[in-house]
Amino acid sequence: MQEAINFIEARIKKYGKYLIPILQDIQQFYNYLPEEMLRILAEKMHIPFIDVYGVVTFYNSFNLAPKGEHTITVCTGTACYIRGGPKIVEAVARELNIEAGQTTDDMKFSLETVNCLGCCAIGPTVVIDGEYYGEMTAQKTLKLLRTIKEEKKEYEQVALYEST
Amino acid sequence: MSKLHSTNQLEALYKKVLSDKAHKNRIISISSGTCGQARGSIKLVEAFQDAIIDDKDKISLKVSGCHGFCAAEPNVIIYPQEIFYKNLKPEDAPRIVQSVLNDEIIPELTVSQNGTNFIHLEEIPFYSHQKRILLHDNPLIDPTNIEDYLALGGYKALSKAFEMQPEEIIETIKLSGLRGRGGAGFPTGRKWDITRGQKSEVKYIICNADEGDPGAYMDRSLLEGNSQSILEGMIIGAYAMGATKGWVYVRTEYPLAVQNVILNIDKAQELGLLGENILGSGFSFDIEVVRGAGAFVCGEETALIHSIESMRGIPSQRPPFPAQKGLFNKPTNINNVETWANVPKILVNGADWFANIGSETCKGTKIFSLVGKVKNTGLVEVPMGITLREVVYDIGEGSPKGKKIKAVQTGGPSGGCIPENMFDLAVDYESLTGAGSIMGSGGMIVMDEDTCMVDFARYFTNFLQGESCGNCSACREGTQRMYEILTDITEGKAEEDSLELLEELAHVIKNASLCGLGQTAPNPVLSTIRYYKDEYLAHIRDKRCPAGVCKTLIKYQIDANNCTGCGLCTKNCPSGAIEGELKQTHSIDQEKCIKCGICSDVCKFNSIITE
Repeated sequence: MQEAINFIEARIKKYGKYLIPILQDIQQFYNYLPEEMLRILAEKMHIPFIDVYGVVTFYNSFNLAPKGEHTITVCTGTACYIRGGPKIVEAVARELNIEAGQTTDDMKFSLETVNCLGCCAIGPTVVIDGEYYGEMTAQKTLKLLRTIKEEKKEYEQVALYEST
Repeated sequence: MSKLHSTNQLEALYKKVLSDKAHKNRIISISSGTCGQARGSIKLVEAFQDAIIDDKDKISLKVSGCHGFCAAEPNVIIYPQEIFYKNLKPEDAPRIVQSVLNDEIIPELTVSQNGTNFIHLEEIPFYSHQKRILLHDNPLIDPTNIEDYLALGGYKALSKAFEMQPEEIIETIKLSGLRGRGGAGFPTGRKWDITRGQKSEVKYIICNADEGDPGAYMDRSLLEGNSQSILEGMIIGAYAMGATKGWVYVRTEYPLAVQNVILNIDKAQELGLLGENILGSGFSFDIEVVRGAGAFVCGEETALIHSIESMRGIPSQRPPFPAQKGLFNKPTNINNVETWANVPKILVNGADWFANIGSETCKGTKIFSLVGKVKNTGLVEVPMGITLREVVYDIGEGSPKGKKIKAVQTGGPSGGCIPENMFDLAVDYESLTGAGSIMGSGGMIVMDEDTCMVDFARYFTNFLQGESCGNCSACREGTQRMYEILTDITEGKAEEDSLELLEELAHVIKNASLCGLGQTAPNPVLSTIRYYKDEYLAHIRDKRCPAGVCKTLIKYQIDANNCTGCGLCTKNCPSGAIEGELKQTHSIDQEKCIKCGICSDVCKFNSIITE
């Protein structure tokens, strides 16, 4: 608890009255925005909790639930959409038995979609734990996913050169 | 490097930087923006670092931002000859280094077409039809090294600006004819003039780097590859308008862009190009970066301002315009990334030079992201007024799979579709608006016969429905209703009067929404109804999706003439719907088929057909 208070006080000192960068810092640290942290933040900033909650729910990049160990982000921007992005989302959702925006019960995988990553020329683009993969298909993504499931660390290389 | 206190010291630094670089004119530049990295440029960079280890004094390796030809990535450009090698693998690095040392060329790594090898950058059709003013410098700049920007004459425009009166700078920008590259096309000089004219001790400027249009990424490329050009443009603008502080509001979805902008602000501060008394001019100005948090509507000026103020990004009524009452209630000028990047080029080369490029009403070049169902995908910088046909067929070389190209979508979710028979349209703000679309930030998404226009309109409507801030009922509820009607159409459940209802709703949303998002939200629907009514009617009357996209209306079948019985589809089918003996024609059980389309993706013999 004291640790959480210290964390927030240090951020308020750094960013002053600016809520968004503080929220971004909390999320970077915890991987999501724990309700307890938001309550402390509202109290320390002397603003109603609803104002914090309002900002958090307005912006797509904030998560109120913890994310899994691995995050699979599928771009569903226009160019990725017409080249088959939605098929990838469906395939991963089916494989993990969750919907986009959810996390598996064992907290291993989260499936996210994003409006555009700006890698439109090589779409559909998939990002797994910060690593970008271009020209993906449902089948390639599943292959990659299964390699991660088997805890093989060499998965980075699997998809890259198949595409060219 | 120590702080510079005058333009003379900057001159001296140019001389030093150029003489340091003089003996190293052989450069291998690797395109390593986010998209390059997604295609494997990081491994390629490592391979090159190993390969040149003994020849570091003879060749310099430059890890640069995007070179624009994304379909060819990972690629390198070898200077000074400008030799272009495409789609490289790490194992190509040693022989490329060797070829550079021996002044040789490796033909099989060059771009080839119909048996012709294009060795040099300017010969490649993708580049030869472009006019690259802003993107030209990207391959020559290591974004972590400000010296590269200086070596190309960076900050000469700022030195020149400090010799001019602020009014003279604004006049130059006015004469150049530069218009806002964010989409609306408002004359930049006039916008600056309005902010300059405000009576206030404190004024602000903002660089709008919230490139939210899905399918557009030119700003990302400039931010990642050449952020100094944007910063220089901002400093000049601030000096002209009398602003004391600037912000770059950049999307959080662009981590490399965020990192490079922050780094380059630090470098500019170290050199005294930002901060107190810049180059001894008496003018002080600094820039801060604010990361967005993932809201499309924040590209709208007033919403963006609220987001910097750490509030919900909800647009406000205008007037008052940001130029009168903007960030923290101070007069604020907002320009887009590409607009700012044009400013130093105009100051150095003159207003006439810029005004001579482009069309009657739109001057200069515009960067488009040519993506979708086109062979040469990438960033394309062309003079305003070029035809869509030139962009799609001469630069993009048409469809990658020999399919018939159907349309180009411009302007992102606020834009519309231009059908193939109108490709002789000159691309500028007015003509695109006349055709029912808009220029927007410059996304050009090419669609072929396999793209369903109803599904596409539904996609954008769903996007806008999700991104509507919820303030105006017409936008919030109207986009939701439109989405439901479009879903009914794609599922074959709609009646013919639904088209009338869509059009009626569209006009209400346009007229009753406060900001640009709502006012333009119906465009994708209206433009597809305008040009592709047949497709809508096929869904409604015949319960048929001509492009074979809308799941409810299609079924997958196996073409017995092409099927070799390889079993790949059976192996990959997630619902066990495909049966067949090895080497015998397979068949799909329609009861079990979930229409995921994976069989069609994996089949190597084109034997999966959609009906």
